Amino acid sequence: MSTDAQKFPTQFPIPVEPRFPVRPASPGKKISPLSVGRSGRAVSSEVAKVGLSDICLSYHSQSGEQLLALDRINLQVRAGEFVCVVGPSGCGKSTLLHLIAGLHSQTSGQVLVDGKPVQGPGTDRILIFQEHGLFPWLTVGKNVEFGMKMKGVPKAERAEKTRHYLRLVHLTKFENSYIHQLSGGMRQRVAIARALATEPDVLLMDEPFAALDAQTRDLLHDELERIWSESGRTIIFVTHNVREAIRLGDRVVLLTFRPGRVKSELPVELPRPRHLEDPAVARAARQILDQLRDEINRSLEVEYNEGVKPRVEPEVEGRTRV
Amino acid sequence: MKRAARYIIFYAALFGLWTLLAELKIWPPYLFPTPWGVAEALYTGFQDHTYWIAIRVSMQRVLIGYGISIALGMILGLGVASNKFLEETMGGLLVSLQSLPSICWWPLALLWFGLNQNAILFVVIMGSLLSVTLAMEDGRKQMPKIFSQAGRNLGAKGFKLFWYVLLPASLPFMVSGLKQGWAFAWRSLITAEMLYLSLGLGQVLMMGRDLNDMSAVIAVMFLIIAIGYIVDGIVFKGMERHLQNKWGLTPA
Repeated sequence: MSTDAQKFPTQFPIPVEPRFPVRPASPGKKISPLSVGRSGRAVSSEVAKVGLSDICLSYHSQSGEQLLALDRINLQVRAGEFVCVVGPSGCGKSTLLHLIAGLHSQTSGQVLVDGKPVQGPGTDRILIFQEHGLFPWLTVGKNVEFGMKMKGVPKAERAEKTRHYLRLVHLTKFENSYIHQLSGGMRQRVAIARALATEPDVLLMDEPFAALDAQTRDLLHDELERIWSESGRTIIFVTHNVREAIRLGDRVVLLTFRPGRVKSELPVELPRPRHLEDPAVARAARQILDQLRDEINRSLEVEYNEGVKPRVEPEVEGRTRV
Repeated sequence: MKRAARYIIFYAALFGLWTLLAELKIWPPYLFPTPWGVAEALYTGFQDHTYWIAIRVSMQRVLIGYGISIALGMILGLGVASNKFLEETMGGLLVSLQSLPSICWWPLALLWFGLNQNAILFVVIMGSLLSVTLAMEDGRKQMPKIFSQAGRNLGAKGFKLFWYVLLPASLPFMVSGLKQGWAFAWRSLITAEMLYLSLGLGQVLMMGRDLNDMSAVIAVMFLIIAIGYIVDGIVFKGMERHLQNKWGLTPA
C-alpha cells in the first residue's frame, strides 16, 4: 500500500497545481471518485482512500438560529498519505473527523471511503480522541483487545496481537494496569495501540497530543511517524498546532473559521524525519500562520465576545447518532 | 482509635439505657424485653432453625425480585435515557410513581396473582424497579459521551455496545441508585411478608406479636437490620471500592 502511495502520480485531483498562494475554497469541476472505474490493482491509486465532496454541516445554536459549521468541504486523501488539518479552535476540524468516522452525519455532501459512501462507524476508520477515550474499567491489554473482541477474533490471536501492538508503543509492561495508573503520554500510546489493533486502513487523530508536555509530544511524533511509515496506513491528523502539522504531514490543509471551509492545501516537501525545531519547519509554519492569521483573529474575537459561554460549539451535540 | 472509642461509648450507653429501663420494670417484660431476653430469643430461634429457614426464604425472594428489577429496570432506563419521546412521557410518570409506597400494590397483587409467593415478588419488584430504572437512566445520561463514541468507533453495536460499553461505563453513576433499589426491595419484602403469612422474616416477626413475645419481635428486627446492613456494607461498599480502584476515582 505504501509503495502505491509513493509511486503516486501527479495527476491526482487536488493538490497539484497552484500550491501557493491560497486556493479558492470550492474548486470547480473535478473527477468524482465514484465515477472512477474500479478495475484490477489500479484502484488504490485512482480512487481516493478518503474523499470528502461538498460536505456541509449546519446546526441549531442555543438561540435557535441555523448556523453553518462546515461549508462545502472538498478533500481527497490518498492511501498511505499523512494529511494534517489545521485551523483555529471552533472551525469544525474535529467535527470533520467525526463525520469521516461515521459518528455523526453531515447535512449534505458525501464522505467516501474507497469510493463508497460512509454509513455509520466502521473499523476501517478508527478515531483517536483528544481525551484518549480509553475505557477505565478495562486494563490496558483489554482496551487494546477491545476492537478485535467486537470483531470476534479468537482469543489466542487477540492475545498475541495485543502483545504485538503494546510492544509497538513500548507498553508491554503495563498490559495489566488500569488506565488511571498511566501518564498522559502513555494513555495516548495505548489509544494508538488500541486503534492499530483493529487494523484500520485510516487513522483519524483528533488533536491527540494537545494535552501533552513538549518532551512527550516530541517522542510521540517520532513514534507515530515510525508506525506510519512501517504500517503504510492513511492518517488524517487534526491539530491547531501548525508546526506539529508540518512536522508530521505530507500535506497540510487549512480550514477557515466559522464556517469551516478549505482555505488552502499545502504539500510539505521537507525531507523526513523532520523536527519541530528545524528552521525549515519553522519557516513553513510561519507561512501558514500568515495565512491563518485572519482566521485566528476572528476566532479569538468571537471567543472574547462570547465571554464565559462555552467555546466548544454545539456543532457536535445535537447531531450525535446513538 | 478515637473513632472506635466513640463507637464503644455510644453503644455501651445505649445498651445501658435499655438495660436500665428494662430493669426498672416500668412496663411488663412481655412489652419491654431485656437485652438478654432478646439474646435468648435469637439463640433459640437459630437453634430450632426457625430463623435460618426464614432468612433463606426471605433472601431467596428478595434476590429473585431484585434480580428481575435490575433486568427490567436496565431495559426501561436505557429506553428512557436514549429516546426523547419516552423520556418526556415516561420520565415524569416514573418519578411520580416513586412516591407510591410499594405496599400499595399489595391489593392488586393479591387479585392478580392470588395469595402466594408471586404476589410478594410483584410487590418487591414494584418497590425496587423504579429506583433501578432511574439509576440506569441517570447513569446513561451522566456517562461521558466519549465512551459510547469510542465503542461504536471500535465496532461495538447493539447488544454488544450495551453490554461491553454503556453498562460498564455507567456503572459508577448507578451504584447509589442500585443501592437504593436494594433497600426498597428489602423493605417491600418484609412488609409483604408481614401481611401474608408464609415463612420468611416478616412472618416470624408477626408470629412474635401473635405470641405476645416482644423478645422475638426485637430479635427479628435485629436480623432484618443486620441483613440489610451486611448487604449494603459488603456487597455495595465492595462494588463501590472495586469501581473506584479500577477507574482511579478518589473515594467520596
